[in-house]
Amino acid sequence: MTLSAQAQRPEVEMADTFRSEGKIYVVVAVALIIFLGMVVYLVSIDRKVKKLEEEQSN
Amino acid sequence: MKNWWKIASVLLISYSIVWGFLGEVPRLPILNETIRNLYFHVVMWFAMLGMMIASLHGSLLYLSKNTRKYDLNAVQYAETGMVFATLGLLTGMVWANFTWGAPWTDDPKLNGTAITMIIYMAYFILRGSIEDPEKKARISAVYNIFAFVLMIVFIGILPRLTDSLHPGNGGNPGFNNYDMDSNLRMVFYPAVVGWIMMGVWVSRVKIRLKVIQDQIKSKQDEIYDSIK
Repeated sequence: MTLSAQAQRPEVEMADTFRSEGKIYVVVAVALIIFLGMVVYLVSIDRKVKKLEEEQSN
Repeated sequence: MKNWWKIASVLLISYSIVWGFLGEVPRLPILNETIRNLYFHVVMWFAMLGMMIASLHGSLLYLSKNTRKYDLNAVQYAETGMVFATLGLLTGMVWANFTWGAPWTDDPKLNGTAITMIIYMAYFILRGSIEDPEKKARISAVYNIFAFVLMIVFIGILPRLTDSLHPGNGGNPGFNNYDMDSNLRMVFYPAVVGWIMMGVWVSRVKIRLKVIQDQIKSKQDEIYDSIK
């Protein structure tokens, strides 16, 4: 069976209700906050290393 | 703006998180919404492959130029690659438990991956067992080339020769059979690029720390020598 034929089969259960209620945005927000929080942390480590590099070159 | 690629990495991954959950995906039986794991689980393996290529590059450059910098690159990228591999393995076990009914199956790709990880662990053990830094760098660089070739055999070639539960394997030529439609590709490839750049970023930070460590050590040695 081709993909497009499968894609049109409505009987495959997906989280359609969950999505229509807008609850997926809650999941996206949480995942994004955690990821961006880790990035902020990584940036601060990166800066600290840069400071150390500058101290070393003096 | 020499840090543009770090920003690009964050933007690409953020996009893959947002659009990975919100975008359209093919409605497939058994998989249902878990098809979205493609943007996270499969991406870990591509990121690992990227790290191992960077590691191989470091080893090849070390052998031709004999500079410590390239040895540091080789180890660090291999280490980051192992982190991605561990994440790929763990996420794969969660996904497999849902779709295949067990966290670990006799799938050739799983066993090939396990062997690959052991091969790379041996690389770190080999490094740890050689005292002399030059010798360590040279021997482990040669081993790393060997490890890379074995990885390609175990996860790229052998699973394609036999039957595998993984799509794209078992005689299939690969990606076109991956049930990848344009919606999936639109998120998957940016995620791969983003995560590879994220891996390079983290690795670079650790490499720079090791360089500083080296500098501190050589300064200390100078002081010790001067008071002797």
